Amino acid sequence: MVTVRGINGRAPDVFRPGAWVPMREYSESEPVDFLIIGTGAGGGTLACRLAEAGFSVIGLDAGPWFRPLEDFASDEAEQTKLYWTDDRITAGENPVQLGSNNSGRAVGGSTVHFAMVSLRFRPEWFKSRTWLGYGADWPIDWREMWHYYREVEEALKIAGPLQYPWGPPRPRYPYRAHELNAAALALAEGCEALGISWTETPIATLSAPRGLAPPCVYRGFCVTGCSTNAKQSALVTWIPRAVAAGAEIRDHAMAGRVEVDGNGRVTGVHYHRGGGWHFQKARNVVVAGYAIETPRLLLNSATDRYPAGLANSSGLVGKYFTVQSNQAVWGLSAKEIRAYKAPPSLALTEHWNYDDNKDFFGGYAYMSQGPLPQLWARTQADAHGLWGEALMREMENYNQQVGLKMVGEMMPQEGNRVTLDDATDQYGLRIPKVEYSWCDNDRAMIRHAMGFMRRALEAIDCREIWDQDNDTCHMNGTARMGDDPRTSVVNADCRTWDIPNLWICDGSVFPTVGGVNPSLTIQAIACRTADRIKALAARGEL
Amino acid sequence: MPDRYPGYDVLAKRHTPSWNEKTRQVIDERLAVSREPRFLTKAEFETLEAIAARIVPQPSTRPPVPVAALIDDKLLRDRQDGYRFPGMPREREAWQRGLAAIDAEAQASHHRPFHELAADQQDALLRRIEVGESHDSAWDEMPAKTFFKHRLLSDIVMAYWSHPTAWSEIGWGGPASPRGYVRLGYDARDPWEAAENRGDMEAARARNRRVG
Repeated sequence: MVTVRGINGRAPDVFRPGAWVPMREYSESEPVDFLIIGTGAGGGTLACRLAEAGFSVIGLDAGPWFRPLEDFASDEAEQTKLYWTDDRITAGENPVQLGSNNSGRAVGGSTVHFAMVSLRFRPEWFKSRTWLGYGADWPIDWREMWHYYREVEEALKIAGPLQYPWGPPRPRYPYRAHELNAAALALAEGCEALGISWTETPIATLSAPRGLAPPCVYRGFCVTGCSTNAKQSALVTWIPRAVAAGAEIRDHAMAGRVEVDGNGRVTGVHYHRGGGWHFQKARNVVVAGYAIETPRLLLNSATDRYPAGLANSSGLVGKYFTVQSNQAVWGLSAKEIRAYKAPPSLALTEHWNYDDNKDFFGGYAYMSQGPLPQLWARTQADAHGLWGEALMREMENYNQQVGLKMVGEMMPQEGNRVTLDDATDQYGLRIPKVEYSWCDNDRAMIRHAMGFMRRALEAIDCREIWDQDNDTCHMNGTARMGDDPRTSVVNADCRTWDIPNLWICDGSVFPTVGGVNPSLTIQAIACRTADRIKALAARGEL
Repeated sequence: MPDRYPGYDVLAKRHTPSWNEKTRQVIDERLAVSREPRFLTKAEFETLEAIAARIVPQPSTRPPVPVAALIDDKLLRDRQDGYRFPGMPREREAWQRGLAAIDAEAQASHHRPFHELAADQQDALLRRIEVGESHDSAWDEMPAKTFFKHRLLSDIVMAYWSHPTAWSEIGWGGPASPRGYVRLGYDARDPWEAAENRGDMEAARARNRRVG
């Protein structure tokens, strides 16, 4: 059932059941300064910062505009409504499972159900080719990113440790770290037994009240959507700020094609809403649909002048699709863990992100876990190969299970890519096909991580330890940024090299993915992009 | 099946602060799912029920979780996963084709429909499909192994563990909104969580009676 909420001059008040807040409305025939497609970590953040800078802004999102307090159930099956489940083909030697953790279809994007882990990149990763010998350099200096990381940490009131064990000094996190659950205590004990550091995870759920949002109650449904608003998603942070600053957000609005005129400039976007197609004029268009929908839209916008799709003179739109390895090791504790309580990843170690004595490139973090029953059962069936009585018996051990799960840096490879399949979706748009294959370095890192995490579980006397070798998370890299138009799609400002008023602002612009969750970096890039746009506008260079 | 959490029932918390209105609504709908097929044919439904009974065998001592009905409901609503592997049709067609192929396999090897086979025959047939050793023409290009792992197994397991009965049996806290949890450490149980039978069945049962 489609209920359009962001219309007729009002928007849902995400903090009050049934309530509304006023929202500015723009006409379709008058061009706005910025039309942003997607309202997640990239687009939502940018919409806020550009609106606050005085630009006229419209954000389109294909998904609904939820009020978490009244719309979110404590139920995994119901909450799949937060996922992007339109038809897609997944292929390659190691096909990526799509549609759940790595997708989002709502105002606020996948931040509505993200695990909230908010980590900074290791500084060297911004120049990994030059300093570490692999991947590609970012065209941005890490010290500049350090400034924007701080802005986002303050904007989301990240709860984290007093001192972070790795990397250059950073200030104390705005809110105090959360109490550890048993799953996190198990991670900490394992690290201590093996002599490496661990820390409370810097996390985007409140440890103290903030405005209308209460502190976290540790219900543990974070990755299916927070029904109490403790989670600092784009839906309850950047989007309300954007609306208050004069942005208009249109929910249930699916972008189909970016229009280009004879001068090679974009003029607006064709989008589907309320049963029909519309056209919104804009002086600038920002594509922020994440690493599959962003290249899909650019490829689906091909014209006679741009037969290979927009912003694609490098041929790299859709290429270098890069996920992160998300393998896990699981075991049984003699103690009751009840890992379903509290945010799933309250403790982590970045030890192997900062240790360069390894026989492979890149690094990984690993974190404590708290799968809910459906996800846990599917993991047991899919990755552990259990069904029948064996599955039923194993599921009975739910409250004793302990898991450690990596977020690992996979290598960017040109052959991993998003292209268009001939099949079409409910809008008549060609669907994306995603191809993914691991390289030897990916396999070496996974082997290392699984071996180390197994030792960590052995060190705390877990039994029946088994490897989950099939999972991935986070998607990046299909419109990479760089210094050279021949080898990148956008420049450091997220502006496409080919079309000066077309921008891309989401995880697609990452040249490398690092060994930490990307949301903080996506938001930091969006803040930087907003500041760059302000500066360019002031100089008349938009 | 040993009674690990004797007497524990997540539904006892339906009217406590652990369940918000939206949760009550969606669980009520799930519990009321039609026991008659509305998308699959009666024959397809019988095959599916027989498969589900092998994938998630249930005790006869309590009302069964209606796994086949929950999958039929998903197909009726045309709920998608959001991805398919090459050669795999969309959800509805995959199930129709897969159920036809499994029945055809049963007929070919035992001259009886799948649901009339003995449990060990059913298991053996499912195992052949699991490893891709099933080549009946009814599969019609759909890879049997992929169907087993990513459609059959996944949908059945997800349907079973979407049901409160399954939640209670593994001692999960269940819905928890807005009341979450207070005790987070090792061996720490809030009074509204399941009590495990660790040798004193009656003590656990008494604690579980007070869950609410």
